[in-house]
Amino acid sequence: MTTARTVEPELQELDRVTIRFAGDSGDGMQLTGTQFTRTAAVYGNDISTLPDFPAEIRAPAGSLPGVSGFQISFSSSDIHTPGDEPDVLVAMNPAALKTNVGDLPAGGALIVNSDAFSAQNLNKAGYAANPLTDGSLKQYALFEIPISTLNERALDGLDMTSKQKDLTKNFFALGIMFWLYGREFDATIRWIEDKFGKRPVVAEANIRALKAGYAFGETTEIFHTHYRVAPAKLDPGTYRNITGNEATALGMLAASKLADRPLFYGSYPITPASDILHQLSGYKNFGVKTFQAEDEIAAIGAAIGAAYGGAMGLTASSGPGIALKSEALGLAVMVELPLVVIDVQRAGPSTGMPTKNEQADLLQVMFGRNSDSPLPVVAPATPGECFDLAIEAWRIALKYVTPVVYLSDAFLATGAEPWKIPTLEDLPDISVANWTDKETFHPYERDPKTLARKWAVPGTPGLEHRIGGLEKADITGNVSYDPDNHHRMQLLRQAKVARMADDIAPLEVFGPERGDLLILGWGSTFGAIRSAVERLNAEGRSVAHAHLRHLNPFPANTEKVLRSYRRVLIPEVNLGQLLLLIRAQFLIDAEGYNRVRGKPFRIAEIVEQAERILGVGD
Amino acid sequence: MPETTNGQAEPGLSPENAEVIQLTRKDFVSDQEVRWCPGCGDYSILAQTQKQMPDFGVPKENIVFISGIGCSGRLPYYMNTYGFHTIHGRAPTLATGLKAARPELMVWVITGDGDALSIGGNHVLHSMRRNVDITMVMFNNRIYGLTKGQASPTSEFGKKTKSTPAGTVDTPIMPLTVALAAEASFVARSVDTHTEHLQQTLQRAGLHHGSTFVEVLQNCNIFNDGAWRDFTDREVREDRMLVLEHGQPMIFGKDRDKGIRLRGLHPEVVTIGENGVTEADLLVHDEQAEEPYLALMLSRMFWPDFPVPVGVLRAVPRPTHDQLIEQQITAAVSASGAGDLAAVLASGETWTVE
Repeated sequence: MTTARTVEPELQELDRVTIRFAGDSGDGMQLTGTQFTRTAAVYGNDISTLPDFPAEIRAPAGSLPGVSGFQISFSSSDIHTPGDEPDVLVAMNPAALKTNVGDLPAGGALIVNSDAFSAQNLNKAGYAANPLTDGSLKQYALFEIPISTLNERALDGLDMTSKQKDLTKNFFALGIMFWLYGREFDATIRWIEDKFGKRPVVAEANIRALKAGYAFGETTEIFHTHYRVAPAKLDPGTYRNITGNEATALGMLAASKLADRPLFYGSYPITPASDILHQLSGYKNFGVKTFQAEDEIAAIGAAIGAAYGGAMGLTASSGPGIALKSEALGLAVMVELPLVVIDVQRAGPSTGMPTKNEQADLLQVMFGRNSDSPLPVVAPATPGECFDLAIEAWRIALKYVTPVVYLSDAFLATGAEPWKIPTLEDLPDISVANWTDKETFHPYERDPKTLARKWAVPGTPGLEHRIGGLEKADITGNVSYDPDNHHRMQLLRQAKVARMADDIAPLEVFGPERGDLLILGWGSTFGAIRSAVERLNAEGRSVAHAHLRHLNPFPANTEKVLRSYRRVLIPEVNLGQLLLLIRAQFLIDAEGYNRVRGKPFRIAEIVEQAERILGVGD
Repeated sequence: MPETTNGQAEPGLSPENAEVIQLTRKDFVSDQEVRWCPGCGDYSILAQTQKQMPDFGVPKENIVFISGIGCSGRLPYYMNTYGFHTIHGRAPTLATGLKAARPELMVWVITGDGDALSIGGNHVLHSMRRNVDITMVMFNNRIYGLTKGQASPTSEFGKKTKSTPAGTVDTPIMPLTVALAAEASFVARSVDTHTEHLQQTLQRAGLHHGSTFVEVLQNCNIFNDGAWRDFTDREVREDRMLVLEHGQPMIFGKDRDKGIRLRGLHPEVVTIGENGVTEADLLVHDEQAEEPYLALMLSRMFWPDFPVPVGVLRAVPRPTHDQLIEQQITAAVSASGAGDLAAVLASGETWTVE
């Protein structure tokens, strides 16, 4: 099987390849995937990734719940999703095979670590017979490689236990993939040296594993073909690879600079938002103050307190934490202070599936507070766009003196794509001044255009005043139980948010300006919808895509766009939340496509829904 | 720079500045009509607070009163400073964020027994252990007043209220014990009607640099009238309360003949001159003790078994939350220079597309 090569392998050009690495959560699959991603990104491919890991830190080794996966799609052209299905599945053990092979199309390449297919592991994965020998995998191009054995041999002589050596086998697998897709391993070697610099034996072991895997691909006859995916033609500029959580943190940092106000981040650890806290806590030299609170309520309370003091108060959580923050968010609506609340959505209700994707908190953040409590809501569509929407959230918060909710999700948060690094000069000035004029100050007097109230911060002489959760008298801000005043204030709070519609980017359309079908989306469904519409347009279908970044209020032209198409389809990873809002606000008979499997949409299912509506094939 | 009682420099507090800015009690009275029930103990606490404020020498724009929900929560409206009437139990969280963002402000938290010890218990614990530089004043009337008379976490066991017609089955919380256990760096107690002592206690509290917890025994004359009367009334207070003074033996009583002595691990009340007891046998109060054993013991002493201690149980120096945050920022700037946004955006591996 592993005889030395006598003929040169054939080199084949491909436009796009999707690889899924799957193994035990202790096998280092996230690391393997990340290293492949970096290499592909630096090479110049367009990339999109989908990490898929269990919530358990270390589920029992070899078990089905312990399987961790990482899918990367890389391409020589512009891509929007991590791929509907892998072309290649690397399965490091039987459990990984069992949970992932169903996604591999017939003819797909299946690389397995045959050493891991012991009776014990097969049993843990629930296999009655060995799938490598019972013929059940014959529809795939199966490559059985004794990765553990080969790797241990490559590490011969190093002062390590067998168990320690086995921990490096993911780099052997990575080495094979590097050879298969013609990648340099220099960047990964630099990374290993950097990471394990203090433990030279470990560094040496990982480097040897990587090189051995590469050499295995190169010198044995198991692979007859290797592949090349040329660099993509991206816009000129300097790029880096970025996840949504990274872009969110950077966007918040940039917003602080652009607003010329210090950033205060109050947070309580929660998946999948914690990485934002980790990253922002590293920006102390920017004056960023991070506060790991005792609970979600304290996190937002502290952010509101900082906002009251004139800082940029920021907090983040996921759905369960947002539920806890709701009362305080209502306070922010009532006292009208600028505040940004990040919700990195995950599958629910309740604890749900913490590491899995869903976009089902839209109605929660719109309506999950007592009384009518309107606030603006924004949602980035791609990992890179998280940066821009962070700045946009702050632009609105500061200009209108209001809390803003920023809806990310698990797919955006952990997925990565190449990101063109912005130049600072191109970013907007979002600074606002606090009120300081003694003669003209009333805390609830409003700017006639934006309806923003006069925001004065403690420390300003002569403007001492009191705010709070009790209803405010218009203009003076004193406590008021006057019936007409309450009605007026409710309308003012509503009007303030509604007026932003004219101050946000109009809803843009991709595809024909009028036609048979508009697919309307929001959040991380962008990639699947855009790819589907590209495919449908290529087939000559009259289908367009519009993607909302502002969910409250909707851009001013939203209704006009919606009415330019015969039918409107709204795919969402929830049971129809934007659909409800659109139907309620515009009385448009839009149709939903709703699947909540903890995973992003595949392109094919959007295409299928569009074709169903268009009557294709009827 | 002025100094606190524990010798630490106190930014923002300038008692000697009081004469320069020349504020009076009236400057701290807002234009809002006070709306507590006639006869409520809150009036006295408000009056002593307003009276004390000018002495801190802090410009009133640099003072912020933050409150939660309950009768006590109204106090900020009556102070002509910056004020924030927040939501139930959460005032310490807003105060923590405000103080971290604006260390130069003097931040007061006004709360009650329900607000601080039921719904907001967690935040009290954590603001104390972090040594957030706030002055928390907890009005303890052993009842929910604003909601018209339900048992509170400090209501005595068996207390019959609207919500506990057969008597509460919950053991009450000892507020000062909780504050000490949470590592508060200043813990004190006073009484609404003992105005002179209350003002002195507020003064000490306001000057302390760190997490400050003051329990004020306060009378709700509508829903729990006379809750503390047994030991706070003029006729009995000297015999039933122990006024703590740092460095002084624990003596009390009209005739100054009663004292507290340690017997094993327990305090006991003794009479000077009886059974050979002399002043030298008595415990000497030490609010600055490194470990809070003495303060914890005092926090557990209560009428009728013991005279009720009032005054400062504990006052120790400890770096404050905002100072520690600022120190980390200063250290980060000196280690890696002031942040460069362009450099951070372009960090990690990058590549250029022509």
